[in-house]
Amino acid sequence: MVGAPSSPAAIELHDVHRSFGQVHAVDGIDLRLALGEIAALLGPNGAGKTTTIDMILGLGHPDSGTVQVLGMPPAAAVSRGLVAAVLQTGGLLKDLTVRETLRLTASLYASSRPVDEVLERAGISNLADRLVGKCSGGEQQRLRFALALLPDPALMALDEPTAGMDVEGRRDFWSAIRRDAEQGRTVLFATHYLEEADAYADRIILLRQGKIVADGTASEVRNLSSGRSVRASLADADQATLSRLPGVRSVEIRGDRVLIQTMDSDAVARYLLTSTAARDVEIVAHNLEEAFLALTSDEQEPAA
Amino acid sequence: MNDTVPAPSVLLARKAVPLGGFNLTFLSIEIRRLLRNRRTVVVTLIVPVVLSLLFSQNKSIQALSKIGLPVATTMIGIAVYGAMLAATSGGAMVSIERSLGWSRQLRLTPLRPAAYVAIKLIVAMLLGLASVTVVYGYGILSGQQMTPSQWVLTGVLAWAASLVFAAFGLFMGYLLPSENVMQVIGPVLAVFSLLGGLFVPVSLLPAAMQEIAPYMPTYGVVSIARFPLVGGAFDPTWLLSVVAWTAVFAAAAMVLFRRDTRRA
Repeated sequence: MVGAPSSPAAIELHDVHRSFGQVHAVDGIDLRLALGEIAALLGPNGAGKTTTIDMILGLGHPDSGTVQVLGMPPAAAVSRGLVAAVLQTGGLLKDLTVRETLRLTASLYASSRPVDEVLERAGISNLADRLVGKCSGGEQQRLRFALALLPDPALMALDEPTAGMDVEGRRDFWSAIRRDAEQGRTVLFATHYLEEADAYADRIILLRQGKIVADGTASEVRNLSSGRSVRASLADADQATLSRLPGVRSVEIRGDRVLIQTMDSDAVARYLLTSTAARDVEIVAHNLEEAFLALTSDEQEPAA
Repeated sequence: MNDTVPAPSVLLARKAVPLGGFNLTFLSIEIRRLLRNRRTVVVTLIVPVVLSLLFSQNKSIQALSKIGLPVATTMIGIAVYGAMLAATSGGAMVSIERSLGWSRQLRLTPLRPAAYVAIKLIVAMLLGLASVTVVYGYGILSGQQMTPSQWVLTGVLAWAASLVFAAFGLFMGYLLPSENVMQVIGPVLAVFSLLGGLFVPVSLLPAAMQEIAPYMPTYGVVSIARFPLVGGAFDPTWLLSVVAWTAVFAAAAMVLFRRDTRRA
């Protein structure tokens, strides 16, 4: 991942902040994406994914911090066709055909891939002469993807590209993206579908409340929040003592129920059963879904 | 990680597009889009002809000759009206593009805002030219009298007027949401037309309206367009009116455009 000084990162964010009124949409993000990586920005709604992508595309500007794309400001990268995007919403004229939309957009770049080629790669050759307004949501999304392919960008950013598609549409869309990424393109996509991040990204960047809470391969992210949950019924639980047990990441007390996230469930169970009046002790292993929830839930948890 | 990553030097050698993205493919597709929008085309080409028909059967012709104005004066006013309607509608198309998110999509391309505005102005002016041509074509068929040089000069000047209103259309397009942009523009243009003396010359308007007329954006434009036919002294305030209103509308459009692009 470490490039020579002469080779810029695909994306480099340094201490980026961006607020909308009282809301810190992005609250201090540092991120470096090397050329050729396929990374997912994963997080619940409101985690700051769209705001981050908008800044990478130059559609929004950070209040503080720096954003560089291929070693230059985002607007410069956009004007050279080095970065392209598939956005979540809108952005198409209903009264143009699919081919006209592509021809028009192609004419705006200094050089672009042939229209027929991108139609083919996005799997919409059969729709070329249809009016955009008559295309389904999934077809319009393929058109947005085809538009993004025109400049042959080094970096492609996709903001929740499969929102609203059915299962089959999503699978087709991702196989087109994956095929394309094999040609060496850097891809950054935002999603709140865990399975999409797991299936299609080499690297998962987990966002919560405008901060990166985990960054690594799918299995690394899983491990970050691995370990187990221990639940028990216990009146007057002592949160401080439980938190100090070896391997404990968090302790949650709701009435008589205690929920403990821990790397060492045996130690917690032994303590609960021998030193307290705990009953109904359950031990549950985590999967990626729970890792995601544990890392992105909005409740403040004590740091590990 | 992929193993076929392009060399950074290849990527960084890429150039920005010339002319900020202005090109004839873009222009021709925009024109085709305009022609596909039948309602706009019909309204801007048919309404002025219907007006010509109404005014030719009206007593206004006698009123004109009473104060020594040629009959074709009204036709020139209607040509200005057509050019104004066409150019304003053309400029106001940005409202629809904003609401569809197309403007945002274009910001992900190398297209410079100035090139986009230039394309919009050219398309609006072409529609204005078509409108003037239709009004003058009807004028020839219905036996209007002017010398060949008067036909050409008044026509070109009436058309040039549409630049003022292309700027006005852009201003409205950035100001108003697409659902009601035409509802607002229609009545505003009607007021501009009546008070500016497009249909009935200012000297035939009631006294109070004559006071307001010189401040209308249409006043200078139509006075200049009629000058080759009517003759007399050229009033420099006509030119001032055209320049000032174009500057006002263009500046307002620019301010709103900046606000629009900054909001992300």
